[in-house]
Amino acid sequence: MRILAFLILLAAPVGSIAQIWEDRQVFGPEGAAETLRIISSTDTSFFAPIISDYITTYPDTAVEYLVTSTAELDAAFRSSPAQYDVVISSAMDLQLKLANDGFAARLSDIDHPDWAQWRESLFAFTSEPAAIVVNTSALGALPVPNTRQELIELMRAHPDTFAGKIGTYDVRQSGLGYLFATQDARASETFWRLMEVMGSMDAQLYCCSGEMIRDLRSGQLLVAYNVLGSYALAQAQTVSDDGQTLAVILPSEFPTTMMRTALVSQQTAQLQSAANFVTHLIALQSAGDPANFPLPPLSAAPETAGQTTISLNPALMTYLDALKRGTFIKEWENAILQGE
Amino acid sequence: MTAEVNVTGSLRRRLALILTGGAAVLAVILFVVVRALTSQIAQQEQDNILSASLSSILDSAAIIDGQLQLDFPYASLSMLGTPADDRVFYAIYEDETFLSGYGDLPAPQQLRIDRPEFATHLFNADPVRIATGARTLIGTDGPRVISVSIAQTQDALALRLNGISRNVAILGIGFFVMASALALWAAATTSDQLMRLTTSVTRRGPQDLSPVAKPVPSEMVPLVGSLNTLMARLDQSLTQSEDFIAEAAHRIRTPLATVRAHAEATLQRVENPENRKALHAMIRAIDESSRAAGQLLDHAMVTFRAENLEQVDVDLNELLSELVQRMKPVAEMKDIALTLETEGPALILGDPILLQNALRNLIDNALKYAAAETAVEIRVKTEPTLTIQVLDDGPGFAADEVETLSGRFVRGKDTGNKIGSGLGLTIAQAATEAHGGHLSLINRPEGGACASLHF
Repeated sequence: MRILAFLILLAAPVGSIAQIWEDRQVFGPEGAAETLRIISSTDTSFFAPIISDYITTYPDTAVEYLVTSTAELDAAFRSSPAQYDVVISSAMDLQLKLANDGFAARLSDIDHPDWAQWRESLFAFTSEPAAIVVNTSALGALPVPNTRQELIELMRAHPDTFAGKIGTYDVRQSGLGYLFATQDARASETFWRLMEVMGSMDAQLYCCSGEMIRDLRSGQLLVAYNVLGSYALAQAQTVSDDGQTLAVILPSEFPTTMMRTALVSQQTAQLQSAANFVTHLIALQSAGDPANFPLPPLSAAPETAGQTTISLNPALMTYLDALKRGTFIKEWENAILQGE
Repeated sequence: MTAEVNVTGSLRRRLALILTGGAAVLAVILFVVVRALTSQIAQQEQDNILSASLSSILDSAAIIDGQLQLDFPYASLSMLGTPADDRVFYAIYEDETFLSGYGDLPAPQQLRIDRPEFATHLFNADPVRIATGARTLIGTDGPRVISVSIAQTQDALALRLNGISRNVAILGIGFFVMASALALWAAATTSDQLMRLTTSVTRRGPQDLSPVAKPVPSEMVPLVGSLNTLMARLDQSLTQSEDFIAEAAHRIRTPLATVRAHAEATLQRVENPENRKALHAMIRAIDESSRAAGQLLDHAMVTFRAENLEQVDVDLNELLSELVQRMKPVAEMKDIALTLETEGPALILGDPILLQNALRNLIDNALKYAAAETAVEIRVKTEPTLTIQVLDDGPGFAADEVETLSGRFVRGKDTGNKIGSGLGLTIAQAATEAHGGHLSLINRPEGGACASLHF
């Protein structure tokens, strides 16, 4: 029944005129000369300081900030690329494919390291690992797992504790979840064993990190796998009202690190302002002041040594291939949807 | 004396132009060929990578449970990463049915199973290199042909080619500069040979008609050969005419002596003053003719001896004192004091007969033009060079004639009634030049002439 619901959701025409946004906010003065339309997969709370800082520098520009999931963002932008000026997403594969397909404008004036950009059109500005987040209060006396292997062993040892209390991305819905899953699968077979075990524990599937963390805090979930570290850390630092504490674990054997990327639409009518925004974003990232750049900047990457950062390379398009995707989703479903 | 010569172009310039022009053409050809070759190699490299990627995708094709599976590895596309971040496109077909990738990617008309097909097309506003290959899988329902096209933009290729082009252009320019320098040098050396021949011919004395003896390049042999032949013919005809003149002078002198003897004898017998006057005039004319003939003979002799110069030690002091002794009677006839001043030993290697002839002509001239009861001095100076000066108190040379007086048969205008052939100075000059010296004629500041031989 759930599969059918998802399939209907997938088949529903996305990017239609009546787009449903998770959030939509307008910054800057009323009746500004230009209004930048930014379509993003990042929560407004993370971007508000960045946009405010940008508007301080360019006072006659207003910014309309639209938030949606990575997959919907991709579909919406592909269907009407002229409507958006800047595209920000955590799904590196979809972003790279957009740039590869000629949707991104080339901005040759931006000074950015080679590994953090692609074709002078796709610019990475954060470095965020996928984490295992554990509700330590609910876990009680059980040990906190540090690797995927430990997580598997813990779940196998206490199936009753974990049943129905494990969450992860629904890779069919979330572009970022799909990216993390495919990169994990590429790195190690452990991923499939983990999915098998999670499937046997009746894993809960989520579209977004935010909801997973919300359920962790409410105690509905004990463990969430492949949650965006940045979101989790923001939550973990503020001890919740009900006394639940969260632990954010970067799997020590092969942490998968994603870079959030921005591109300027090839068909934007406000190329200069859009380019200014990206330049400003990268400058803030370099400065790394948490007051106006609340996301983990690129420069922080070397501190968490041993991370395998997903590189900006045409190979990112491999798992976007319809055949490959079909095979992968089928395998993933076989692993995780055993109960149905 | 340079005669008018018709000039068309310059050999040196023509040679330099042909060689530098050739170098320029070669440099351009070098640039075009090397660039074409390197772009071919660079294209080959891209084709190889595309081919590897293509076969890794095709190799992953399998039919499982009657379903086509194409689980191509991550490396298939990651190997197409370039420093210029080239865009990558691909398309997968099963029996003409589009399966996945970019459906609008141009596919070749004819599919080949054995090896990949390469083509360059414009796709998505960029030129892309497309490799297409196919593979046949045998399923339960018969064979299925899987075809895959993989395409890559050519930014990295263009970047590399630009770099190579720049280097090859520098190479070509360097080649051209070096070749041009060589060309100019070659042209200069070639024309230098001609210049050297010209100089050696120009520097010769007017009497020197000997063949060119210096070695010349083989290409110049015909020119030098005909020049030598021309000069030999000229020499021969000159000698012939000199011989003819000497012969003529000799033939005339002998009958003239007879005529003079008869005239003298007749003078003794004739009483009539008018007849005597006529006879005196006749004798005088005969003397002049006879002297001219003698001088002509002398000149011919000097010319001959100058060409075949004898080299013996000559003491000029001794030679001069002998001459002075011999000419004293002539001087005394006019009451002229003929004196010789010497400084020291004046030795010279040469032909005594020629030298004596030259000096005798100079002294003869001095005695002839000096007024009676004056002095004619002969000075021999050894410092700085050996110089013999003959000085008289006569009228000197007319200023406008000094340059031309040594020419053949040229006589001064104010020679009055003095007998002369106009060959004396010519002989003196020819004899001196044969010894590597020269004759100079100046007027003395205190009056009178000074003729000097410098050796």
